Amino acid sequence: MKILFLIFAAITLGSAFMVVTTKKMIHAAFWLITTLFGVAALYALLNAGFMAMVQIVVYVGAIAILFIFAIMLTRKEMLDSAAPLNKNWGIAALFSLLSFAGLYTLLRNWTGFSNEAPELAAGVDTITELGTALVTPDAYLLPFEVASVLLLAALIGAVYVANDAKNQQEAEK
Amino acid sequence: MQNPWMYVGLFVLVGLLIPVAAIAIGAILGPKKPNAIKQSTYECGIETVGDNWVQFKAQYYIFALVFLVFDVETVFLFPWAVSLNKLPLFAVFEGIIFILILLAGLVYAWKKGMLEWV
Amino acid sequence: MEFWKDPINTIFASMMESFTSGGMSDVLARVLIYLIGILLFVTFAMVLDIFLVWIERKVVARFQDRLGPNRIGPFGIFQPFADIVKLLIKEDITPVGADVVMFNLAPIFSMMSVLLLWAIMPFAPNMFGVDLNVGMLYLVAAGSIGTLSVIMAGWASNNKYALLGAFRTVAQMVSYEIPMVAALLVVTLLAGTMGAVGIVGAQEGVSFFWLSPLAFLIFLISAIAELGRSPFDLNEAESEIVAGFHTEYTGMKFGLFYAGELLHSFTFGGFIALLFFGGHRLFGLENLFPTPIWGALIFIGKAIFFYWVIMWIKYTVPRIRVDHMLAFNWKFLTPLAFILLMVTALVGRLFLESAWLVPALFISNILLAWLTVEYLKSHARKEREKEEASKQSATLAEQH
Repeated sequence: MKILFLIFAAITLGSAFMVVTTKKMIHAAFWLITTLFGVAALYALLNAGFMAMVQIVVYVGAIAILFIFAIMLTRKEMLDSAAPLNKNWGIAALFSLLSFAGLYTLLRNWTGFSNEAPELAAGVDTITELGTALVTPDAYLLPFEVASVLLLAALIGAVYVANDAKNQQEAEK
Repeated sequence: MQNPWMYVGLFVLVGLLIPVAAIAIGAILGPKKPNAIKQSTYECGIETVGDNWVQFKAQYYIFALVFLVFDVETVFLFPWAVSLNKLPLFAVFEGIIFILILLAGLVYAWKKGMLEWV
Repeated sequence: MEFWKDPINTIFASMMESFTSGGMSDVLARVLIYLIGILLFVTFAMVLDIFLVWIERKVVARFQDRLGPNRIGPFGIFQPFADIVKLLIKEDITPVGADVVMFNLAPIFSMMSVLLLWAIMPFAPNMFGVDLNVGMLYLVAAGSIGTLSVIMAGWASNNKYALLGAFRTVAQMVSYEIPMVAALLVVTLLAGTMGAVGIVGAQEGVSFFWLSPLAFLIFLISAIAELGRSPFDLNEAESEIVAGFHTEYTGMKFGLFYAGELLHSFTFGGFIALLFFGGHRLFGLENLFPTPIWGALIFIGKAIFFYWVIMWIKYTVPRIRVDHMLAFNWKFLTPLAFILLMVTALVGRLFLESAWLVPALFISNILLAWLTVEYLKSHARKEREKEEASKQSATLAEQH
């Protein structure tokens, strides 16, 4: 189990590194997809099947596709080969190392890190539990409905921006 | 079975292996006589015109955006659907409100002409 | 007799015993047995795929009033083997400017996304790969890997037609995923579980087709669109964009795309059978022999039947226009699917554990379908009247 975790963690981190260093935009997108798959595999290792599937359905199936569409629509040269790093990369690396060290020390003192998750009672279906929690008023009912409003806001925002762009395009013509 | 995802992981492995084997056998058995004309990009029998990159309709992107919103919505609805028969009646209405709010978004996009293919 | 009642688990137990008796660790033995099982399973799928090529060619020939392959073996049944040999000894051409790694990965992912679906296919009780409690989401997730492979193929080919085809396909696949997921939600709601085995089990009394015929129709239409078969074959559209995203593929790589499409159709036939027609059940005939192998045969028969239905539609209906395709999905199928979901949730919950559940759901479906048709009729009439009125005023203006 531990070996599998190390393999998937290495895949996730390695491909995440490739995302920021690779030269072609579209390659970065596909490396990002590898990263997302790696995270899904980590969820599956934890027996969190629902999270793993949501990771793939939402991130790989929708957001990554959106990224690729955006790259293909906006980049004139798909073989865009600008340098992925600018001259400030040293400072950026220093700051990210510092924040990593800060998080590490914080998490080391956190008790949740060493706690073992309690065993699930036999015969409990986690999906049913999740569904019940989502619509029970004293659990997550409000976030559930707010999520829907948030999605509505996202859709309206997208329509507004797209409409604006469309009008601009027509005005240019 | 401790973790059913172990089986899925092995399935992914085999599912990758079989097509790779098919392509490898094809690569070994097939002839290899490349030349410039054979490897040129196909374009109805003439030399390719211009860049291989074509301008895409921004419409594709808008449909992908609308899809993303609905995709996230359905993910929320799956646990609701699974546990519905064990919940009191008002849970049904909560789900219905959730769907109606998003259908309102679809109607808005529709009225704004975002679902037109122009 | 034990073997016939539960063949898979019997073999598993005996193999486990012989493996671990040699001092092998439990986990390693399990992994090895799974690997052997999966290899056999996938090989079975591939052999079936070869057979499907023959069915496809034979059936399309009959639809088009031809004979089809009839030279090699009885009824031309060995034709696909000749096809495979031909595909294998063709030259493997990679066009200039193509991204070699992704060009080669795309057909592999395309085939894998189809094979992955077989992991959760419940052929009969005790005869299935794995029962995931997120089965329906797994189906959607495997589909998104397929979408990814299309965009990889289209981009890596460095060809205008391939890229155009990929864009069309991806737009179509993601759009029709929404009504398909809504139909899956209806089934999940009725079964109270997302697992494929649980869904088949929940159809002990009545098939879900009778509870929700509309969901079946929505699923069938969106499944055909997901498969990219006619009338939704815009991804290939031979008369417009050559062959779509696999224009530049030759030999076995093309073969993988083609075989993947056929196997995908068959797999969706199987999913229609398990979601709406009770899986391995057939009017009590499944109890004729007390072995799940018989049930599995019935299941495969059903899957081939729905594969044939998909083919029937494919060779009967002409191609739909791209704007019509998107409008049909977003302005008709998606709203209808979500309204159906709300109606099913309400009616299903109100009549829960009552004898009226089945008739109430069936009638509500028929009512919804009737209302939809009536609305469409009146809408079409209004549109026509508007058009005629504008035409009349135009002619009047001309006369003046």
